[in-house]
Amino acid sequence: MISCILRAKTKFLIAFLFALTASFGVSTSGYAQGASLPVDDAGIVSAGESLYKNNCVVCHSVGSDVVVGPGLKGVNERRAQPWLVSWIKNSQALIQSGDKDAIAVYNQFNKQAMPSFAFSDDEVKAILTYIKSAEAAAAEAPAAGAVDAAPGKNVGTDAIGAIGGYLDIILVVLIIVLIVLVVTLLLISSLLKNYLNKNKELDEYDAEVVNQRFDFSKVYKSKAVRTLVVLIFVIVLLDLALGKVMGIGIQEGYAPTQPIAFSHKLHAGEHQIDCNYCHTTVYESKSASIPSANICMNCHSQIKTESPEIQKIYKALERNKPIEWVRIHNLPDLAYFNHSQHTQVGGIECQTCHGPIQEMEVVYQYSPLTMGWCIDCHRETPLNTEGNAYYDNLVKLHEESSKGAFTVTSNGGAECSKCHY
Amino acid sequence: MQDRIKYWKGIEELENTPGFAKNAHNEFPEFLPINEAKGDGESSGATAPRRDFLKLLGFGLAAATLASCEAPVRKAIPYLNKPVDVEPGVANWYASTYFNNGDFNSILVKSREGRPIKIEPNPSSSLTPMGTSSKAQASVLSLYDNNRLRTPLIKGKEAEWKKVDSEIRSALSRVSGKVAFVSSTVISPSTKQLINEFGAKTGNFEHVTYDANSASALIGANGGVVPGYDFSKANIIVSIGADFLGTWVAPIPFAKQYIQNRKVSSDNRNMSRHYQFETIMSLTGANADVRVPIKPSEELAVVKAIYNGLSGQGSSAPATVDKKAIDAVIKDLRANNGRALVVSGSNDPAVQTLITAINKSIGAEGTTIDTAAPYFVKQGNDAQMLRLIEEMNNGSVGAVFFYSANPVYDHPLAERVASGLKRVALKVSFADRVDETAALVDYVTPDNHYLESWNDYEPKRGFLSLAQPVISPIFMTRQMQDSLLTWSGNNTNFYEYLRNNWRKSASGDFNAFWEKAVHDGVLENGTSMLALSTGAASTMTAADAAGRASKAVAGGKIEAVVYEKVAIGTGSEANNPWLQEMADPISKATWDNYVAMSQSMAKEMDIVQGNVIKVTYANGKTLELPALIQPGQAAGTVGIAMGYGREVESMPTAKGRGANAFPIATVADNTILFAGGVQLEKTGSTVEIAQMQTHHTIMDRLVVQENTLANYKKNPKEVTEYIRIATHEGPAKPAAISLWDDYEYKNHHWGMVVDLNSCIGCGACTISCQAENNIPVVGKQEVLNRREMHWMRIDRYYSAVEHEAKDYQTMENPADNPSVIFQPMMCQHCNHAPCETVCPVAATMHSSEGINQMAYNRCVGTRYCANNCPYKVRRFNWFAYSNNDKFDFNMNNDLGKMVLNPDVTVRSRGVMEKCSFCVQRVQLGKLEAKRENRRPVDGEIVSACAQSCPTDAIIFGDMLDPESRISKTLAREKGERAFHVLEELNVQPNVTYLTKIRNLA
Repeated sequence: MISCILRAKTKFLIAFLFALTASFGVSTSGYAQGASLPVDDAGIVSAGESLYKNNCVVCHSVGSDVVVGPGLKGVNERRAQPWLVSWIKNSQALIQSGDKDAIAVYNQFNKQAMPSFAFSDDEVKAILTYIKSAEAAAAEAPAAGAVDAAPGKNVGTDAIGAIGGYLDIILVVLIIVLIVLVVTLLLISSLLKNYLNKNKELDEYDAEVVNQRFDFSKVYKSKAVRTLVVLIFVIVLLDLALGKVMGIGIQEGYAPTQPIAFSHKLHAGEHQIDCNYCHTTVYESKSASIPSANICMNCHSQIKTESPEIQKIYKALERNKPIEWVRIHNLPDLAYFNHSQHTQVGGIECQTCHGPIQEMEVVYQYSPLTMGWCIDCHRETPLNTEGNAYYDNLVKLHEESSKGAFTVTSNGGAECSKCHY
Repeated sequence: MQDRIKYWKGIEELENTPGFAKNAHNEFPEFLPINEAKGDGESSGATAPRRDFLKLLGFGLAAATLASCEAPVRKAIPYLNKPVDVEPGVANWYASTYFNNGDFNSILVKSREGRPIKIEPNPSSSLTPMGTSSKAQASVLSLYDNNRLRTPLIKGKEAEWKKVDSEIRSALSRVSGKVAFVSSTVISPSTKQLINEFGAKTGNFEHVTYDANSASALIGANGGVVPGYDFSKANIIVSIGADFLGTWVAPIPFAKQYIQNRKVSSDNRNMSRHYQFETIMSLTGANADVRVPIKPSEELAVVKAIYNGLSGQGSSAPATVDKKAIDAVIKDLRANNGRALVVSGSNDPAVQTLITAINKSIGAEGTTIDTAAPYFVKQGNDAQMLRLIEEMNNGSVGAVFFYSANPVYDHPLAERVASGLKRVALKVSFADRVDETAALVDYVTPDNHYLESWNDYEPKRGFLSLAQPVISPIFMTRQMQDSLLTWSGNNTNFYEYLRNNWRKSASGDFNAFWEKAVHDGVLENGTSMLALSTGAASTMTAADAAGRASKAVAGGKIEAVVYEKVAIGTGSEANNPWLQEMADPISKATWDNYVAMSQSMAKEMDIVQGNVIKVTYANGKTLELPALIQPGQAAGTVGIAMGYGREVESMPTAKGRGANAFPIATVADNTILFAGGVQLEKTGSTVEIAQMQTHHTIMDRLVVQENTLANYKKNPKEVTEYIRIATHEGPAKPAAISLWDDYEYKNHHWGMVVDLNSCIGCGACTISCQAENNIPVVGKQEVLNRREMHWMRIDRYYSAVEHEAKDYQTMENPADNPSVIFQPMMCQHCNHAPCETVCPVAATMHSSEGINQMAYNRCVGTRYCANNCPYKVRRFNWFAYSNNDKFDFNMNNDLGKMVLNPDVTVRSRGVMEKCSFCVQRVQLGKLEAKRENRRPVDGEIVSACAQSCPTDAIIFGDMLDPESRISKTLAREKGERAFHVLEELNVQPNVTYLTKIRNLA
């Protein structure tokens, strides 16, 4: 019912269905289209970049690697611009119109259709411009890298590593010298003892001194030592217990097995899909939201459809039973946390709290999520006030009265009802 | 020497009874063993046995061991297919409409993750833009009532819709006799049209409309409609028994109009004068400038006296009624021709005929009565219903449908209805549960809750309002309209039907028009769609009416009035625990009804409050209820509220609460008078009435302030008394001498202004607060134990002028007809808060924005803070109120918990809580402003109480923003009406009150 209420307002989730496009193999006569693209116009390039990153990057690379669809290196030279525009706007129409190249590309990439995009011609050109400029940048990079690398080599970490190596050697040598010394001294003392016992008549007192034996039992039977040992034992035990007790409820490193082996490393790391693409409400809501199955379907209705893990999503949809993910980050109910406050207003990266998520095959809890951890960050982090009219007067007042940075805490970020109500 | 006004909260305080004196000095009642509080009657003795100790020890160890294990695995379950507009964590708002027994509210529904959780007023509506009624606030909880029917029933057995439909259709096709559709007032144009179409297909059909609390005489005397009253245009308002601010006709629109002409400032020193003649002390009577207690049988005489006085025939008021007041009324009405309004709540056609005549003669029509736009919210026709009851009994009715009607409970002739039903072949009820009527029918086809339905409403001609579903039906219920469409063989659903019906009033592109109408929730371009049933108008003339004798009350010399309570109403939502625990605005009683009587009657009969009285009414039938001593109750009368005494299993919350008062109403001459003669008899037993009010005392301190309009006109700077403290340099403001340093506020400084002149005491804010802040319901026993949890209470003080000692002999009893003043009381968010300094664990602290914060998880429950609070606004969680079978209300079942606000913690046992100034709204408002790179706009951040106040008595805002309403109000009223409660304590509250002004005659 609710959906019908606002059906007219329905904002369509941009159809991110990714498939395959152009091929390398088909012979072309080298259109010089690239030249007409305004690669020097930074505005167009950056507009193209954002369009590219939002729409194309999941299936295409700017290099020559095949991700899902062909790599786009040299695409401006391979194809005529009008062809590219009509292909991007609606590849199926082009194929059906009997275009030779289009059919060839379609067949080459296992007849997977590239979805249609409602771009304007200018937007398509912006994307192509960006691809062109990215090629140029890639070409410059190796050269620049080669120049940079020569003089600066091994200045940083390697130097420290070298010193570390020397230290190890010195340490080993020292230990050997000490062992030799101890052995020598023991030998000397036993020689002397033998000599004195055999060759000299000693009086009783001297004999006792020479034949004196160290009595270990006396030492460990002594009260002081025993007390000390017990004390140390108790302290260690208490420390261990305290550490354990303080750790109750803290699930740092918690990495449960999820119903579907989803890899952030693959999606966020290798394919560089923006976090916001799946966690749609992270800039708007208190919850970042776990993506619903229809978001997975944006791509996986086409990609890797045979994978047993992906099959689980299909099954969930067929049975109309939602996927029950295991919650990793569990804040207690008494604490209010709002993602948008931190991401949108504070401008904080996801990784600050969630760790190197783009490297996690299985997601684990990176931060302790304790109150102390929250407060520490609030105390130290300067507020992101630039360009935000909310803070203008507050910054001024703060500068008048205090020299320190205008941190979250300076604006009431450590007060109880910031998070508890 | 000026006479001093003495205030008291209840008879106990006025008389200083020993029990009151004992409790007055205790912050908390004496320690009650938990077993007793649970009410299971068993007591294990005061000492804890050794075994219990060992058990506790064992449990403690086990708990500690368990706690050190890994936390339980929690699941995060996303949508399979996310609806486009639902973002987890972000609230959506939908416009809708609440209508129940005349109580009309255009509303906005707050929905979180698809669950409606809060009702707010719809500012687009011109009828109810400011606030809602308490019933509208609580209606969201009724949606999550576990006792609603989950499927349709055939003869009490669960059934499939298909089977029900086919059986009803075949029964309808061979029905012999009349088909009757019984409903309470229907103001939905489309529904009404649909009912008529359904009737046209069945042939011999009648749509019978009756209202449990009927206004039949009123609409009879006004051509079938309620006149388009506009209280905002009236300088003189005279009400004879009409509780128009609380329960009569359309209280929320009326309250808005009423208060428009009662808000004073030094620029506008005029306000209306309000006379009230009534039997019970009603909410409206409590707000009147002049209130005269009369018996119900004297109503006609009073109206006649006014009528005759106005027409120059000389007034002849009954001897028992204050003649001075009637003369003043006549004088004021004459002087304010075209600016006065007279209303009456009587259901006596003669009274209403005369009232119409009076309004004509004082030029009200066209001025204070908008003749072009009458109200449609009451259309019940008593005669029609009485006739149907007889027809059912003589067997001429073949089928009967009940839609939002429960006559077996709420009709005075309930027994005749029940006996008549036995002779009807096809009986269908659309009730949402097996209520008294549904228990006697063949088919119960449960209707959706209004939050699950499409509907339209026309409460007033030319004012349309829409309702849209905000949640899919929770159970296998079906909207009544869809059922009718199915049974009449129509394949469209009601949504399409409604849309098609609205095409009539559309201009331009219909889809765009419809989108806008659904979005706004209202359409107020003058289009009218409701077709009224004819035949309700009476033909009585004024001369005829003036010649009639009063319908004397038979059966006993004591007259009983059956009245509607603000919270429970006619009882249709009696199973709602929020409404059951809401304190009655006047008596402050919860959970029960009672026999309200005057103090003099109680003394005469040797009754003390709580004594159970046997009430014998017509035909020797009786009911038993405890007595409640009600100041202001007319002598020789008692008041008993309707809506109680439920016995059905489907209403466990209401079951066994009080007694049913409907049968006391008198049926004569085709009308129902909500009064009847009774005999009272004391029984030996006593039942305690759970009142919230007398729990604290003011110890004769200056807490509320009031003054007269005459004084205010003279000098606004002298209407408020400011306390000065004696110092060696002479009297000084309390704030001038301080132990503490003041806080420096840089960002915001939140504050509240409560205008005592605007507050009518309706209590909508208390329910709004309860809904917003997850406040638990504690039950009658805990209210008796003085452990209610409401963060906000409306203190009601009675007052009378205390004469000098020597006058005592001649002084009338102050409790006979006291003045009433209401004071909303919540945490004052003191800048020098006494609670903050005594907390040993710093669980309550001051924020940099002036809010007194409460960190539940830090609280260890010493209750020092509550002891040290001079305003008595802190509440302690004596029990875990959620997931506890001892408190089997909405927080003890999964469905009921769906109403909880996910942004507010559910408190656990042993912690203190109190008003937070809706800090969750403050934080959210600030966040939204930050996200949009701007400062918050005034009016964007409001507390729940301020948002739902129908009279705009509460202003919440940032006192540091010079452009905010609160800053401007404070600047204007400083030194005039603005005062702090208990200013002498120098706790410097952030809540400011404005002195009440009375326009005394």
